[in-house]
Amino acid sequence: MSPAIGAALDRVDGRAKVTGAARYSGEIPLPGLAYAVLLGAQVPSGRIIGIDRQAAMTADGVIAVLTHLDLPRVAARPRLFPSLAGLTAHGQSYFPMQDDVVHYAGQPVAIVVADTLERAEHAATLVRVSYAETPALTLLDQGREQAYEPEKIFGGLVPGRNPTRGDPEAALRDAEVTLDLTYRFAVNHQNPLEPSTTTAVWDDVDRLTLYDSTQGPTATQLSVAELLGLPPVNVRVVSHYVGGSFGSKALIWPHVTLAALAARQVGRPVRLALSRDQMFHSCGHREEQEQRIRIGADRNGRLTALTHDKIGLTSHFDDWAETSLESAAITYACPNYAGGYRLVRGNIITPTFTRGPGEATGMFALESAMDELAYAVGVDPLELRLRNHADTDPETGKPWSSKGLRECYQRGAELIGWADRDPTPGVRRDGQWLVGTGMATAAYPVAAPISPQRARARMYGDGSAVVEAGISEFGTGALTAMTQVAADALGLPVTRVRFVGGTTDLPNIAAAVGSAGAGATSAAVHLACVQLRDQLIRHAVADQGSPLHGADPADVVVRDGRMCRRDAPQVGETYAELLDRNHMPDVEAIGTWTPVLPMASDHAMHTFGAQFAEVAVDADLGRIRVRRLVGVFAPGRVLNRKTAHSQLLGGMLWGLSQALLEATRMDPHTGRYANENLADYLVATNADVPDVVVETIEVPDQVVNPLGVKGVGEIGIVGTSAAIANAVYHATGRRIRTLPITLEALL
Amino acid sequence: MRPLSYSRVADVATAVGTVAADPDSTFLAGGTTEVDLQRVYVSPARRLVDINDLPLHQIEELPGGGVHIGALARMSDVAQALPIRRRFPMISQALLLGASPQLRNMASIGGNLLQRVRCGYFRDVAARCNKREPGTGCSAIHGINRGHAVLGTTEYCIATHPSDLAVALVALDAVVLTQGPDGPHRYAIDEFFLLPGDTPHREHPLAHGELVVAVEVPPNPMASRSLYLKVRDRESYEFALASAAVAVRLDGGTVAEVRLALGGVATVPWRARRAEATLTGAPATVESFAAAAREELAPAVGYGMNDFKIELARRTIVRALRMAIGDPDLRDGTAAGLLSQDDHGS
Ligand SMILES: Cc1cc2nc3c(=O)[nH]c(=O)nc-3n(C[C@H](O)[C@H](O)[C@H](O)COP(=O)(O)OP(=O)(O)OC[C@H]3O[C@@H](n4cnc5c(N)ncnc54)[C@H](O)[C@@H]3O)c2cc1C
Ligand code: SF4
Repeated sequence: MSPAIGAALDRVDGRAKVTGAARYSGEIPLPGLAYAVLLGAQVPSGRIIGIDRQAAMTADGVIAVLTHLDLPRVAARPRLFPSLAGLTAHGQSYFPMQDDVVHYAGQPVAIVVADTLERAEHAATLVRVSYAETPALTLLDQGREQAYEPEKIFGGLVPGRNPTRGDPEAALRDAEVTLDLTYRFAVNHQNPLEPSTTTAVWDDVDRLTLYDSTQGPTATQLSVAELLGLPPVNVRVVSHYVGGSFGSKALIWPHVTLAALAARQVGRPVRLALSRDQMFHSCGHREEQEQRIRIGADRNGRLTALTHDKIGLTSHFDDWAETSLESAAITYACPNYAGGYRLVRGNIITPTFTRGPGEATGMFALESAMDELAYAVGVDPLELRLRNHADTDPETGKPWSSKGLRECYQRGAELIGWADRDPTPGVRRDGQWLVGTGMATAAYPVAAPISPQRARARMYGDGSAVVEAGISEFGTGALTAMTQVAADALGLPVTRVRFVGGTTDLPNIAAAVGSAGAGATSAAVHLACVQLRDQLIRHAVADQGSPLHGADPADVVVRDGRMCRRDAPQVGETYAELLDRNHMPDVEAIGTWTPVLPMASDHAMHTFGAQFAEVAVDADLGRIRVRRLVGVFAPGRVLNRKTAHSQLLGGMLWGLSQALLEATRMDPHTGRYANENLADYLVATNADVPDVVVETIEVPDQVVNPLGVKGVGEIGIVGTSAAIANAVYHATGRRIRTLPITLEALL
Repeated sequence: MRPLSYSRVADVATAVGTVAADPDSTFLAGGTTEVDLQRVYVSPARRLVDINDLPLHQIEELPGGGVHIGALARMSDVAQALPIRRRFPMISQALLLGASPQLRNMASIGGNLLQRVRCGYFRDVAARCNKREPGTGCSAIHGINRGHAVLGTTEYCIATHPSDLAVALVALDAVVLTQGPDGPHRYAIDEFFLLPGDTPHREHPLAHGELVVAVEVPPNPMASRSLYLKVRDRESYEFALASAAVAVRLDGGTVAEVRLALGGVATVPWRARRAEATLTGAPATVESFAAAAREELAPAVGYGMNDFKIELARRTIVRALRMAIGDPDLRDGTAAGLLSQDDHGS
């Protein structure tokens, strides 16, 4: 039996998804279901001075029109906290509909509940809300003079200044070559296919069931219970299938609790689905930001100083900045480093995780700057990176748990044909097209939950097994990969194992965020299955009726559902034979993995990769077409080659999209985004997608988690945009330091 | 969605009579514009009269080399129809470069000409918009206007006409045939699209209840080698930032005859008559193409974010003309293929 782990197993849920049998949170049939529609504030700042709901109340099918005057006060003030911690995980430290103050456009001000969605939507348009508007700040440029240095960002988990190394200012003064560069980033939205949807059902004993589209069922459970003042046991969350998230469902946003409150208010199950436009102002975004990088280097391109400063727009409630500096700070060996965040408060919802949150922008800045340095010192961009390779973590001096970056560079360079590259910019013509190549390093931290991660494995009398953990499947392929992990640990074929997730009834797992889901869940699943296997082996060797009686458990191995002696494989029996003889209907075990916090580890843990791009730029029309992308990554152990490569490929296409297309445009006159739809917020289409090559280099890692899984969810986006921008420079000789790079920059 | 009534009609007279009799009603063809506008409460209609059963689906060659296209023919069918591909490739390409395959299978030719602008403020009932609510002002002039027009604008409205098809039809001097409450009409395509002036809510000369029954494209031998070039941010599923429909007849190295129309940059599908005049009789060189482009864009006005469109439109004209004369220096340089852009779906 060859190992299941690593094989390109088809998705176990593929058939259910393509046939429509897979049910998402908005598709659960329930008797008596009512539909809630949120009404968002149309102004970005002010007070509600009147709500006329007469027309709405009398519209057909309307059950209730709820405002801040009707809703109870929530039991606790929510506190923003990343869901990886496994605790309550509110998206922002503010809950709406508690008073008449408006802090941002789109903030919920009323909920209309009706017997059909269409009637609820219609009635929502009949509610007349009047506002006393106050001046608003919605763009970074409107508030630069008010910028402040936060003590902590990211829900208090990350310091506002990165650890300083050496004396960067002095090193910059003494450097043979210096660069001072500023990068700007448009607001980005996650835009998963499925808009966030919650269906809330109360039973008669004040217990709540939520069918919620979430990256972490437990995060929803704990957060909603806290706001409602209920013990967590009274809140059950079901989330089998989620139609993508990309960070929008990583934390718990107000609409989830509002659905529960509305359901309690009307005494019926209530479904609340955000509309596409509401997705642009209800669950965070990648903030508008600017990053400044100063580099000092010697004439050979060795870094002597690096400073990296970011200013971003946050809400009035939270000191949020995506962590743009952390990976960039440790990518290269550089003795002198400083970096910090500044924030401006504006009338927006708190920004949040968005596809490679921080790394996708911070590494764009660093890797664009490295390309400029390569040209400034006349060293090949890849050679420059090798010269600055960080053999150990430059911040702590700790050894890497595993790295593999040199191998990624080498393989990527082979695949794109880097060796033949003429560095001169703006000279390769293919008719009207200017052609160029560029590269960048990808880096993403290996995060782990703080809390213990659990899974349960149960074997039935016939030797088949079910393995459970409370994760949701939001498109990553987790159900499939965990089936493979369980099969190998139990010594069963994948067809004899079923992995089940999707509810808070199951053993607790933190939200699958920060590319840490596969590492955390596989650890718990593996340990549960090993426990179960060992329990069965111990049983066999103690059983006088077993051919394995008296054997040393350490000498027993399992293959294809059969336990046997390592040295004499003909001696053994199947799990089913053992269980049948002993009249045991099933055997169960729990596996618990307690992660080691990065600070406490002797190793630095990071995932690395190398990105290469070839672009063609229309010399007259400025159109940029990506012709090839090559990404080679070293994500530790690959659980399923197919789903892992799909994740990495998807990440690279996010990167293409970020580089060339994605921007949410704030209109400062209205204080609202002007393109809250998928016709005007452009994401890459199939026709934009070039020839993409994804490869992985498996680096053994004994540190990060039991199976050495470093994660593939987000490393794919990191560096893609820089590789593309660097290729645009190579093609045209034009440096573009603002994302997205649209054609007007190249006319 | 607003409460609506809906009915289906089977003949042209009933269709016209039904809508003409009810000021709150409108025709429903493929619904790809109308239903969207209903959902965002921008369409005022309370009653939809479904015209899909009317016998207006035909695509026919006319004697002499023209074509007759029924108002209910679908974008996808027209794009694939042999007479269109052979005689008027610019029409086929303009259709295939628009929307998505699913939308093109639904959307009709009549609906395409009458589709509404994509200006975000027009589609946002909370915003001020002269086109939606005359007299309230234009939010786009000082707002997010990267996609807006630089030709044919006024202080009342700067929204771009969105149709790709209409650009080709304007270049080809098509005629729009209608049936009004007062009988049939024929509109030269130039009279069909109205400049915004100070009445941007009036986009065409049709009376309420007047039904487009067909479009006729007159014969034009040089159109058999015509083309449509669409420039946009992404390769598919986006309206034009700038586009050009062009047909040229050369006489030796000289432009003997030319048709040129622009999309994506003007408040109406824009016949580039200044450029045509400059080009006719001029040598078929990049220099004279550039001079014609300068001439055409001379009256253009930018509004900030869309300033770049003036230069982009010039370059789009030059490129389209170079493609039309088969400039050997041009290459199919993309993953999807630029010169074979009509083959990859959208
Ligand atoms: C996401 C998206 C992208 C798009 N991209 C493009 C693009 O790139 N290029 C492009 O050109 N178009 C594009 N379109 C627009 C699309 O082509 C039009 O929506 C479509 O052609 C309208 O045709 P329909 O039959 O669906 O019209 P409907 O929606 O049924 O009708 C539109 C309007 O025309 C009226 N009407 C329809 N038929 C008649 C008739 N025979 N007589 C009188 N009035 C009539 C209706 O009352 C209504 O007011 C896009 C649309 C969408 C939704
Ligand atoms: S450009 Fe026209 S459609 Fe857009 S806001 Fe101004 S008036 Fe309205």
